Amino acid sequence: MVEAGEFFGLLGPNGAGKTTLISILAGLVAADTGTARVLGHDVVTDYRNARRRLGVVPQELVFDPFFTVRETLEIQSGYFGIRDNDAWIDEILHHLDLAGRADANMRALSGGMKRRVLIGQALVHKPPVIVLDEPTAGVDVELRQTLWGFIRKLNRDGHTIILTTHYLEEAEALCARIAMLKAGKIVALDTKQNLLSRFAGLTVRLTTDRLPEAWQSRVMRQEEGTYLLSLANYAELESLLAALRQDGATIAELSLQEADLEQVFLRIMARHQ
Amino acid sequence: MNPALRRGWLTLLYKELLRFWKVSFQTILAPVLSALLYLLIFSHVLESRVSIFDGRVGYTAFLVPGLVMMAVLQNAFANSSSSLIQSKITGNLIFVLLPPLSPLDLYGAYVLGAMVRGLVVGAGVFVVTLAFGPMEVLHPLWAVTFALLGSAILGTLGLIAGICADKFEQLAAFQNFLIMPLTFLSGVFYSIHSLPPFWQALSHFNPFFYMIDGFRYGFFGLSDIAPQTSLAVVCVFCVGLTALTLILLKRGYKLRH
Repeated sequence: MVEAGEFFGLLGPNGAGKTTLISILAGLVAADTGTARVLGHDVVTDYRNARRRLGVVPQELVFDPFFTVRETLEIQSGYFGIRDNDAWIDEILHHLDLAGRADANMRALSGGMKRRVLIGQALVHKPPVIVLDEPTAGVDVELRQTLWGFIRKLNRDGHTIILTTHYLEEAEALCARIAMLKAGKIVALDTKQNLLSRFAGLTVRLTTDRLPEAWQSRVMRQEEGTYLLSLANYAELESLLAALRQDGATIAELSLQEADLEQVFLRIMARHQ
Repeated sequence: MNPALRRGWLTLLYKELLRFWKVSFQTILAPVLSALLYLLIFSHVLESRVSIFDGRVGYTAFLVPGLVMMAVLQNAFANSSSSLIQSKITGNLIFVLLPPLSPLDLYGAYVLGAMVRGLVVGAGVFVVTLAFGPMEVLHPLWAVTFALLGSAILGTLGLIAGICADKFEQLAAFQNFLIMPLTFLSGVFYSIHSLPPFWQALSHFNPFFYMIDGFRYGFFGLSDIAPQTSLAVVCVFCVGLTALTLILLKRGYKLRH
């Protein structure tokens, strides 16, 4: 479903099944039905190859209190069969702004730093597919920017990125294609552009003495002379204005809002109540 | 096995060793001290009162291999069980579940790590007891064989307990109601020939008895039953538990949901 090299967003309310889906991919949970493959490798029958190609940043803030940051990353490299990984580990530490804490014990790190180590652990084996399960929860704004810079670079270098997040503006800024989940079902799956135009388009607030008959069907809400209209794009706005002029209507007030992913999300979720 | 695959389980073994080594005060020195206390108290109180193998072996000498083996068994169990339950409860087990490690890799690394801890503590206890007088080991190969098998069995039992338990208290119950009674009733402190017939017969159903009796044969060339019999029983037990554990790991029982 997700294409190689994509930056893919997985959105949905709590309990929608995002983490379960990721867990099935990672082999942490067995699927009740169906199969999952990572770059063509079945996650059950060919788990070694599937897991070698997958890097997962778990949602829970977990760590092993026995080890330092560097030990944690070295051990994780070893699990994937990689030795002498120091150059790449140093690069990861640098990009995640952890170089100064490499020899600190995991216990001594703040929550945001532990989160960064988790991201580092998912990257030690340079997986072609990287899954991030709400990676920015509890991470401050500055670091979030650094982090997204790094993830974007990985995506440009050819890594496939799958992201779940509660910050919809993050998904809007980063993801090219988005799936929305609700109660374990995909309720929307499309490019971000299509989702934004298909489900949202423009919302126009118009105060006028009369609205042409042909446009009545577009009214979402009406209050005396003020109409809230849903338009697909700016071209439709031009047609609306032309129709008003032809009818000789007077425009008392006109304002418009461009829909964002949050509005799309809310509408789709409401539709699947 | 290709080098990348071998490195995976070797790393897990290294992590298991590093884990207990970093807290060796608690994982090695403490159990050695406990064994020393047992030896001091029991040998002082019982040396002149208990006759073993018709008086051919002094009680303190008899006690030493029992205590060494008890240390081996208890620490092997403690290592794999506590490592796994801690990882499960803190959630960092995911670091081991995400990489391409097979059930056999997990089994091998956890059990070998437990064996090393058990054998290191056992060796420590043995060295300390040498302070009480010279100790002859008549058949070292038998002793080493039983120490290896015993630590492997308890490391495996620890792994099973760690897999099954969801909380520390369930693990403690496993330890207190199964491992401890089986160890204490296996003949660490006494020869089963000194027991009434009923308890003597019951002891033959305790697999721990064979481990300790066989190990003791390595020291004195004397035992309650023939070492070959003990070896056979212990081997069967070891293979059975290993098979069970591999099945649990393959199914992901309580590890992968």
